[in-house]
This record gives sequence, structure tokens and C-alpha cells, in this order.
Amino acid sequence: MALLDIQGLSLSINGALILQDVSLAIEPGETLGLVGESGSGKSMTALSVMRLLPRGAQTNGSIRFDGQDLAALPEPDMCRIRGRRVGMIFQEPMTALNPLKTVGDQVAEGFVLHLRLTRAEAARRAQAVLERVGLPATEISLGRYPHELSGGQRQRVVIAMAVALAPPLLIADEPTTALDVTTQAQILKLLRELIRENGSSLLLITHDLSVVNAMADRVAIMRAGEIVEQGRGGGLSGAITHPYAKALLNASSLPPRVTSAAAPTSRPILEVKNLVRAYALPRRSLFRAAPRRLAVDNVSFTVAKGESLGLVGESGCGKSTTARAILALEAVQGGSIAFAGQDTSKLRGAEMAAFRRRVQMVFQDPYGSFDPRHKAGRIVGEPLRLLGRECDPQSARRRVDEALTEVGLDPADADKYPHEFSGGQRQRLAIARALITRPDLIVLDEPVSALDVSVRAQVLKLLTELQKRLGLTYLFISHDLAVVRAITDRVLVMRAGKVVEAGPTPKVLGAPEHPYTRELVAASLHLDAILSERTAASLPDAAGC
Amino acid sequence: MLSFALRRMIALLVTLAVATVLVFTVLEVLPGDPAQVMLGTEARPDTLAALRDKLGLNQPAPERYLHWVAGLVTGDLGVSYTYATPVAELVRDRLAVSLPLAVFALALTTLIAIPLGAWAAARRNSAVDVGVMAATQIGIAAPNFWLAMLLALLFAITLRWLPAGGFPGWSAGPWPALRALILPAVALALPQASILARVMRSSLLDTLGDDYVRTARAKGLSAGQALRRHALRNAMIPVLTIMGLQFSFLLAGTIIIENVFYLPGLGRLVFQAINQRDLIVVKSVVMLLVASVIVVNFLVDVAYAAVDPRLRRRG
Repeated sequence: MALLDIQGLSLSINGALILQDVSLAIEPGETLGLVGESGSGKSMTALSVMRLLPRGAQTNGSIRFDGQDLAALPEPDMCRIRGRRVGMIFQEPMTALNPLKTVGDQVAEGFVLHLRLTRAEAARRAQAVLERVGLPATEISLGRYPHELSGGQRQRVVIAMAVALAPPLLIADEPTTALDVTTQAQILKLLRELIRENGSSLLLITHDLSVVNAMADRVAIMRAGEIVEQGRGGGLSGAITHPYAKALLNASSLPPRVTSAAAPTSRPILEVKNLVRAYALPRRSLFRAAPRRLAVDNVSFTVAKGESLGLVGESGCGKSTTARAILALEAVQGGSIAFAGQDTSKLRGAEMAAFRRRVQMVFQDPYGSFDPRHKAGRIVGEPLRLLGRECDPQSARRRVDEALTEVGLDPADADKYPHEFSGGQRQRLAIARALITRPDLIVLDEPVSALDVSVRAQVLKLLTELQKRLGLTYLFISHDLAVVRAITDRVLVMRAGKVVEAGPTPKVLGAPEHPYTRELVAASLHLDAILSERTAASLPDAAGC
Repeated sequence: MLSFALRRMIALLVTLAVATVLVFTVLEVLPGDPAQVMLGTEARPDTLAALRDKLGLNQPAPERYLHWVAGLVTGDLGVSYTYATPVAELVRDRLAVSLPLAVFALALTTLIAIPLGAWAAARRNSAVDVGVMAATQIGIAAPNFWLAMLLALLFAITLRWLPAGGFPGWSAGPWPALRALILPAVALALPQASILARVMRSSLLDTLGDDYVRTARAKGLSAGQALRRHALRNAMIPVLTIMGLQFSFLLAGTIIIENVFYLPGLGRLVFQAINQRDLIVVKSVVMLLVASVIVVNFLVDVAYAAVDPRLRRRG
């Protein structure tokens, strides 16, 4: 008998249909990957099982867990199931923990609640669980608060809370999406060990096919509130017959970039020499100078015209700080940055305006970088102000239309507000805004990290085409090696403010020399590699049957 | 935590010092003769000269400032021109009414507002919530002197449970004095509680939507347990801010209520001193009120840090 059996589940929230006739079953000890793009209803399926849906939610259909119909259970009985029999891990470790309670209290809470243990006994058990998830007392004491922990450590605490009572079913909703590649690999390994030890079943929700492929026994693919395909076994390869599933798979394996030969010979457009960017930390004492943290420590590199340079590293390694310094948005504490032969720190007035016109930026979260009360036309046309009187209203309108067309949008879209666009369209708008001044260099800071795989592939294709057509130079910041491989000619690997390795992208990522680069490459779950590994591993089994 | 409080304490002392300079400058150094202000435009030159001498106005300003600050520190605030009593004594007598009244009113405010706001938030959009929101709307809109008169009519005149006004002093024992403060405290507390309950409700609704509350529910806590154990403390920061502002207001902003109930409080003292242009009293009382606002802000800061561990390390 299946441990969890969902039959014909439909969900509507305030009248809007969210899920339609969803049927899923998870056997004891099985890991089911639930894959789909954002908004496809994955998380709502999980919250329906937990009965933690938002207000105004109405469900139909049956959810049977261990033979019990969860929908018919009174709320106090449901409380006894949550945490005890079904544990849940959430996406955002930053916000999933209560900032005002110590991690020890938060992990111990489940023991006090479900097993009626004393506080001391619960704390002892909490310590044991935290140790099991890789947070020994020597590293993290029970009295620490969430803000004192790194993202990976916080996610371990969230996992500790979910597995504390060894529930037969775990639900993990995008458990590694907010983490760096190296941390992601460690957390997935831990999850795999824990479910094996406890013999638990896992419902793994993700939009990342490489994650699901590394973890799941079986895969179900969701789209617009419906399950479009459900595999019988053999991980992802057992579930790719539906055209949508195939398209999703294609979109997630990005083809490596064909490096343009022109790059090395042309003159550098950007020269960064011994760049230092330091921040003052809070004073420890009134009488001593405030300590400093070097966010960028003696970084030098050049970018040739028409080239695409990647900047990779984990969050906090100084990538974005370097970008802000190049854009002359912040003062630097050492070194120099020259754009087209001019020192950017000495630019004033008209020279500065000319620099701003020639260097543009695309941010990770386009929604956050748009004024929600401005229409798309105004947002895209705003940089035209840098051109001063050169640009009259008529030609401004024409250039907005051109820029929108260039990124594959319609000139009529100029009259829409940002919220009327999808995530991918918004990123196209951000690119149009960067293109409108006809810049030479575009700095792109994690431009595709917030996008779904299929949209990501489209945006990367657009960026490649635009570069070819307009002769643009890119400085491309990303933590995602597959993306960097697809869009850059050369790559710099940064760690703790320093460049540890630099060179042509295929060489650095194909045969990394520095141990840190090797670690990064090993951790990034390269889809093709994992797919072939899976297939190879499953072949002898098939033959044996 | 201790070093946080210490650092805040240093900031508090610096702010106080700056405040004394400002108060002194505004009242004594800026153009306009304080003696002239106190005596009016038709004063005789010899009376004016005598008062100038008595007030020490012939000495240079820095010397007068130091003298005044030394007096503040030692509790010697000078002698009131109109009351002919030491200002320190006047202030002490009035504080014996105003301080207990403010504490009493704030305690009532908190006891009413926090459970009410939490109740409304927990039962969002229910009849309870709508009822609480309507009642607090009326509480904010109703002027407190009108409320004070209604309370006096009902409890003092019709039911004869409580005195309609006046203050017997603490020498007669705590109960008669407290009895005299009940109606004024209620009249002050109801509008303040209406504001605070609304702040509590909206702050709690925000935190109830936070991810960690959902995490708590996923651990098996009931909705009520998640609210009490996880959401409530997180919702307290804005509530503390408003409480700090309310206490500062209650200490001296209660002139109308003091007048309705014939209470000899600090508010009336300031009002009378300003009317009679008794600058000696005005200067000291203004400084006292400034100091109380600064001290209350300090206490609110310490309370923030006690509630939120993330704030303890910052300066």
C-alpha cells in the first residue's frame, strides 16, 4: 500500500483554480521528484498534504496517508501528524527559522510537543539531531540564533527540525534552491543519507532537473496545476515522453558557447588593476579604529571588446562588489579601473554621463529594479536622459520601440506596467533598458538566476544573439557554472575577494587547476554527466532482470 | 547585551548634554531679555534691574550655563518667581501625581491593547475582528476630555463609586490616592489603547504571514500555539516603539485631563508657568521632560535588544 496516496486533488483559492485532478502516490522508502516551473502548483500540492494552505483555499479529492484520510481528520489530530509523521523542509532557510529563538529551542520544540519530554531531555535530543545533520556542539551551540549561522547551516537546522522525530514521510520544497552549488551538493547528500537511515519516503519538490535526477526514484512533472507525466521508475529518464517534459529537459542542458576567435587580439575596453574594496565593520571598542573587511582584495583583469567574461564564485565572494566598483557606483580603496583608456574615478560631469551611456547594467531581480508605478516605455526609455538634447521625444519613442523589438517584445508593450509581464519578459525589459543607450559594455549580475529553466534558455539565447549582432561586451556574473559555460569566453573564479583562477571558460571549467575551482566544478551537478551516470548504473540492473 | 546597554548609556549622556545646551540657548541666550519677559513691557527699570541681578543675568552666558547645569545635577533648580518656592519642590510634588498617573495609564493601555490586538489578529475577518476594529476606531475618534466627562458622570455622580476629581495626596495612604487616579487613567488609557491595539493587530498579522510561523505549524503546533510561541514576540517591535511615544506623551501631555479632574500634575504646572512667564520653572520642567523622553527612548532601545538578539551587536 502506498504511504501517501493523492487521488483527484483539486484546489481553488478564492475561486481561482490552482490544482486540477492531481493524483500521486509515494511508496514507503521511495523518493518522488515533483518537477515543474514556478507557479505550476508543486508547493500547493505539498501544502495540501500538510493542510497548511492559505486562507480561502478549497480542496476536493482524497489525500490518504498511511491509510488515513487527511482531509477528514479533525485539526488537533492533524497537528499530531505534522512534524511527527510528516516532516517538511522549506526553501528559504533565511526566513524559515524564527529569528528570536535559539536554534536549540527550535529543534527541541518538536520533542516537547509530540513526546512530552522535559526541556532538558528535549535539548539533549536536539543536540543529537543537530550533530546528525552536521552541526556538532563544537561548531554550533544550542544557544546560537539563526542570524549567527550561514545559509547552509540554517538549512541544516531546518532539516534537523523536519527529521527530529524520524517521520515516515518527508516533504522537501526546493530545499537547495537558495544555496550555493557546493552547499547544495552537501545538503542533498545529507538528505539522501537521512532518508536511507530512517527508511523515510521523500516528496522532493524542485524546478531543477539536475537535483531531481540526482535524488529521485521516480519523477512527476507538473504544469499549470496538472500532472502531465509520471514516471514508473528509473529517475528522470523514466519520465520523458511528454513533449513538455522533453522541452523542459532540453532547456536545462545548456549547450556550451562556441568561443569567438576575435577576442584576444582586440584592445581591452576595460582594465581593472589591483582593485581593493574594503568595508568598515562595527567598532569593537571606542578607542580602536573600526576593523575592515576586504570584499575585493587586489583583483586585476581586462576585458577585450566584443568578449564575454564570466565572474563566478559563491555568494559573498566579492563578485557583485567588483561589478558595482566597475560601474563607478562606489568609491574604491585601492587600485584603478580604466574604461576605454580613461580612469573612471576621475570622470566628472559630461564625461561621467558619457561613461554611464556606454556602460549599462542588468540585475538579477528585474521586478525589484523597476518602479512599479512606471510603464514599461518609461522604464526602458529612462537611460535616454543620459543623451541630453541629442534625443527628442519622437526619436526617444522610436528608440524605445526598437529596443523592445530587439529583445523580442512588442512596441505596444510600452504601455504596460511591470506586473503585467512574466518573469522572463521582465528580464527582457531589463535588457532593453540596458540596450537603449547603445552601450559598449553590459554588466549582468546573475541575470538568469531567478528564471525558470525554459525561460533561462531563451534569455541566454537572446543575449548571445544580441552580442553577435551589436558587438557588445559582457561582464557576466553568476554562481551557476552551466550558465557561465553557455555564455562566456573567459572566466574568473573568485573566492573571498581574490581571483583564484582565470582563463578560457572551456579550459578552466573543463580542467580546473585551483582546488577551489575543482570543488566548484565537482559540486555543480552537471545534468549531462549525471544523466549518463544514471543510465550507465541502471543498465546492468536491467540486464540482470 | 551588557555592552549594548553601556554603549546606549553613553549615547544617552551625550544626548542629555546636548539637550541642556539647546534648552539654555533657546531660553536665555537668544535675543530677548528674560527679566523683561517675566515682568512684562510696563515694568519699572529698577524692578527690572533687581530681577536681572537676582536671576544672575549680569554674568556671562557660559558661567550661567555651568551654574544651571551644576544645579540640575545637584537638584537645585532655583526658586520659582511666581510661587516663591524652590522649583525642585514644585516639580517633585507634581511628579508625585503625574508619574503614577502615566505609569497607571500605560499599564492599563498595555493590558487592554495587547490581548485585544492579538485576539483580533488571531480571528482575522471574523465578527471579533470587525468588532475590535470598530471599537478602536471610536476610541481613537472620541476626544479624551469628553470621555473623561462621561466617566465622571457615570462612576462619580451616578454610581458614586469613585471621586469626580481632586487629589488627596499620598500622605493619606495609597488607596485614596489610587482611587483618585482611576478615572483619569482610564480616560487617558482608552484612546491610547485603541491606537496600540491596532498597531498590535497589524504587526501580528504581518508576522503571522512569515515563513517561520508556517515552519512552526509544520512541526505540529496548533494555530494558537504558533501565534503565542513564535509570532507574538516578533510582533512586539513596533508595539514597543508606540509604547515609548505614548509614555512620553502621558507624562506631560495630559493638561486637559488634569484640568477635567482637578489634578495638580506636571502638565498644569507647565501651563501655568508659561501663562505667568515664570521662565525659571519653564526651563527646568522643559529640561525634565526632554530628559524623560531621552530616558524612555533608551529604555525602548534596551527593550528592543532584549526582544531581538539581532540588535544586540549593533551600536
